[in-house]
Amino acid sequence: MRAAVITFPGSNCDRDLAVAIETVLDWPVDRVWHGETALPGVDLVAIPGGFSYGDYLRSGAIASRSPIMAAVIRHARAGGYVLGICNGFQVLTEAGLLPGALIRNASLKFVCRHVAVRVENPATAFTAAFAPGDVLSLPVAHHDGNYVIDADGLARLEGERQVAFRYLDNPNGSTADIAGVLSADRRVLGMMPHPERAIEPALGSSDGRGVFGSLLAELS
Amino acid sequence: MAIAADVLAKHGLNAADLEQIAAILGREPTLVELGIFSVMWSEHCSYKSSKIHLGKLPTAAPWVVQGPGENAGVIDIGEGKVCVFKMESHNHPSFIEPYQGAATGVGGILRDVFTMGARPVALLNALRFGEPAHPKTRHLVEGVVAGIGGYGNCVGVPTVGGECTFHRAYNGNILVNAMAVGIAEADKVFYAKARGIGNPVLYVGAKTGRDGIHGATMASAEFSEAKEAERPTVQVGDPFTEKLLIEACLELMASDVIVAIQDMGAAGLTSSSFEMASSGGAGIEMVLDAVPMRETGMTPYEIMLSESQERMLMVVEAGREAEAMAVFAKWELDCAVVGRVTDTGRMVLKWRDEVVADVPVAPVAGASPVLDRPYVKTPSPVPLPNADPQNMGSADRLLLEMMGLPDIASKRWIFEQYDHMVMADTVLLPGAGDAAVVRVHGSRRGLALTTDCTPRYCEADPYQGGMQAVAEAWRNLTAVGARPLAITNCLNFGNPERPRIMGQLVGCIEGMAAACKALDFPVVSGNVSLYNETDGRAILPTPNVGGVGLVADIDRLVGLRFATAGMALVLVGEGQGWLGGSLLWQQVLGRDDGAPPPVRLADERRNGDAVRGLIEAGLVEACHDLADGGLAVAVAEMCLASGIGAVVTVPSEAPAVIAWLFGEDQARYLLAVEPGSERDVLRRLAQGGVVARAIGRTGGDSLTLGAAPAISLDRLRQRAEGWLPSYMAGA
Repeated sequence: MRAAVITFPGSNCDRDLAVAIETVLDWPVDRVWHGETALPGVDLVAIPGGFSYGDYLRSGAIASRSPIMAAVIRHARAGGYVLGICNGFQVLTEAGLLPGALIRNASLKFVCRHVAVRVENPATAFTAAFAPGDVLSLPVAHHDGNYVIDADGLARLEGERQVAFRYLDNPNGSTADIAGVLSADRRVLGMMPHPERAIEPALGSSDGRGVFGSLLAELS
Repeated sequence: MAIAADVLAKHGLNAADLEQIAAILGREPTLVELGIFSVMWSEHCSYKSSKIHLGKLPTAAPWVVQGPGENAGVIDIGEGKVCVFKMESHNHPSFIEPYQGAATGVGGILRDVFTMGARPVALLNALRFGEPAHPKTRHLVEGVVAGIGGYGNCVGVPTVGGECTFHRAYNGNILVNAMAVGIAEADKVFYAKARGIGNPVLYVGAKTGRDGIHGATMASAEFSEAKEAERPTVQVGDPFTEKLLIEACLELMASDVIVAIQDMGAAGLTSSSFEMASSGGAGIEMVLDAVPMRETGMTPYEIMLSESQERMLMVVEAGREAEAMAVFAKWELDCAVVGRVTDTGRMVLKWRDEVVADVPVAPVAGASPVLDRPYVKTPSPVPLPNADPQNMGSADRLLLEMMGLPDIASKRWIFEQYDHMVMADTVLLPGAGDAAVVRVHGSRRGLALTTDCTPRYCEADPYQGGMQAVAEAWRNLTAVGARPLAITNCLNFGNPERPRIMGQLVGCIEGMAAACKALDFPVVSGNVSLYNETDGRAILPTPNVGGVGLVADIDRLVGLRFATAGMALVLVGEGQGWLGGSLLWQQVLGRDDGAPPPVRLADERRNGDAVRGLIEAGLVEACHDLADGGLAVAVAEMCLASGIGAVVTVPSEAPAVIAWLFGEDQARYLLAVEPGSERDVLRRLAQGGVVARAIGRTGGDSLTLGAAPAISLDRLRQRAEGWLPSYMAGA
C-alpha cells in the first residue's frame, strides 16, 4: 500500500499529513509537487491543508487547476481513494470531486480549536474504525470552513448518506452542521477538521487515527 | 553646505551629522547617500541611544552559539540541533494601520529566523493596548489580532503564546512585539558575512515597490496626531510569498551554494547590503537597474530605501548562480544577480551606468553615532505598610472582579484566531500552561516558550521591574518543567532625549542584567523601540522578555490542569502579602502608590530549581507560577483549566487575609500533588531550604478562599471568559 501527499505552493499541512499516514498506516508516502502531471502508483491521494496560492482567489480555486489535479481526478474516477483535509477539502469541491462549496466562516473570523465531531456514516473506507454515533475531538483551523449546498444537493447528500461527519458545536455556520462529505461512491472524503493533528495523546487527542486506520482494514 | 536644512531634517539628521558625513566621504553626499546615512544612523538601525547600556547585558553561556549582532540568537538544544529566535517590535506601523502593521511584523521576524537556516516552528506576540474605553482600542485589537493571524496562519507557523494587556499609557502608542522561534541543524547555521571576492549578490523574493520608504526613520521619531497621515509608509505583507520564500531558502540551504544571507527588513536593501558587507569585512558593488521592480519610474533613492516585504539578499558561490536560480524558479520567486562582492570595503551603487553612491562601508555600518544621553534615575518608591486596607470587601467578590479585569480575563478570543496547532507539534496549547511547549519534531524534547513583562512594576521601579520581567519568564519556563536557556528582548520606551525616560531604560536594562546573570539566562538577541510617545505622553517602560527553555521529555511536562479531586495544593515561596504595585491595588482599588514587589534572585533560583526538580521527579501533577493577582488568581486559573474546584485554607497566622490572597510576592509557585506525595514534596522542599506549605485540596465545583463564601466555577468562568468577547462585540 502506498500514498501520495500533494504539495501546492502555500500548502502547510503537507508534512503533518505525511507524518500521520506514515505513523498510523506505516505506508510509504510519495510527496508530489503540484506541477507534476502524473501520480506514482498509489492507493490513496491525500490533499493537505494550508493556503494554496495564498487563497487569494476563492480558497482552493487556483490549486484545483494545478497540473497534478487532472491526474487526481483520473485517480478518483478510476475508483481510487482521495482524502482532502481543510484546504484539501476546498480544492476537492473546486475540482468538482465533491458537491457543495466552502465559504467564509459565519463569524467572519479564523477559528482554531478542538471541536466535537460525530461520525455519521461508519460504513466507509475512511470511517470503518468508528462505531455509529462516535464523537471525536478534532482540531479545526480555518477561515473558510462554512459548508454550503443547495436544498436538492443537501437532500441527495443526506439520502445517500454522504455526510461523513457532523459538528456537535458548529464552529463556522456550515449547513446542517456538516464537517465532512463523501463522494457518491464514498471513495473521496473531504473534511474541515484535521485528523492528522490528532494522532497521539501528546497532541491533545488521538481521535483522528481512525480516519487513517480505517483505510488499513479496507485496503489490507 | 548646499543641502537645505529642511531636506536634512526630513532625513532625521542635523548639521553635526552632515559634517561627519562630509568628513567620511571627503565631499558632500549625494541624495542617495544622504538617504543611506539617514536610515543607517536612525535610532531604529543604529541603537545609538541604547548601545552603551545594552553592553551591560550578559550574552554568553556554554550553550550560546550566537549572541546579539546577527539576524537572531542561536542556542544549542542538543541532539545536533540549535534553536534560533528573536523578538522585534512593529509598534508605529501597527498603530497607523493595525492589520498590515502587525502582519508585516510577523513576516519580518520570521525572516530573521529562517535567514539563519532555521525552519520557523513557533510564533508568540506581546501586545499592549490603550485602555479599553479609548475610542481607538477596539479597532486596534481587532486589526492587530487579524493581522497576526492572517500572516502566521497562512505561512503555516503556529502562534502559540504571548501576552495582551491594556493601559491608558498606550492610548497613543500601542506595542506589537512579535517573537519567532526556529530550529536548525547545528552544522547548518547561515550568517550574514559577505565573503569571496567576485561572488555574486542575489536578490530574491518580492519585487521592490515604493512602500515603506523611510519606515526606519519614522520609527525613530516621536508620534503626533498628525503623523497618522503617514499611512503610505506602512508596508503591505504577502504571507503567501513569505511561505514560498521559506521553502525555497530552506531547500537551497540544504546545498552549499549560499555564502551569506540577510533579509531585507527595516531600511531594506540599504541595511541588508551594508550589514552583509560590514560583517564580512568586504565591499559590494550593485547595479540597481537589475533589482526587480514593481513599478516603473523608480529612482535609485527609492530602490535603496524601499521597505517592500518578503525580500532577501544573498551571496552565493561564483559559478553556482544557476543552481540557486533553479530553486527560486521552482517556487515562482523573482531572483536576480544585482551585484558582486569586492575587496574595496566600499558600497558602490550604479544606476544607468553612473555611480550614484560610493561610500565606505565600515563608517556607515560600524561607526554610527553612539550617544551617552543624560538620564535621571527613577526615585525609589516607598513600600506600603504590610496590612489590609480598610473596607475592601470579601475575598470572593474581589476575586470575581479580578477575573474579569482586562489584564486577567481569558484571551481565548485572540488565540482561537491563530492557528496554534499547525505543524502538529504543539504539546502544550495556549492557556494550558505557564509557557507554550512545542515538540522538537521527531524527538521527545520540547521547547518551552513565553513572553513576559509587568510594565506597572517597571514604571514604579525600573530596576526591580527589569529584574521581574526576566525572573517571570524564567519562572514560567520552570513551571512547565523546562530548563530555562536564554532570552530575547524587545525594549519599548518613550523619547530617550528626555532624561526621565532614559533613566527608565537604564534602570530596566541594569535590572535585567542582574537577573540574567543570577539565573544563567543570557540575552542572545533583541530589539530596541524608542520614541513610543505621542504629544509628550510616554508609554509605560516595557522591556518585553521572550524566554526559551528545554523540556527534556515531553511526557514529563506539566500544565495548569489537575486531573482529579483530592489533590493537595502546595504553595512554594514566601508570601508577605505584598500589595504595592499589584493588580488589586492598582486596578481594583485605583491606587498607584507603593513599591512593586522586590525580586530576590537567590530565592528565585532556589525555589525554581526545587520546583523543576520535583517536576522532573514526576511528583507534580500541575503547576502555576504566581503573578498578576497573586495566589487567588493562580488557583482560580488552575480550577478553570481543570474544571475542578478547590478549597484554600488561609493560615491562621496571616495577619492580612486579602493581602495574603492577592499579594504579588515573587519567586512563588502553586503545585498540585498527589495526596500520597504531599509529605515527600514538603520534605524535599524543606531540605532544599525552600519555604513551602500545604494550603488546600482540589475538589468540587466551586472555589473557597478561607472564610469567604464559595464561588461556583461557572461564575468564575463567566467572568474570565466573558470580558473580551463582549468587549469586542461592542458591549
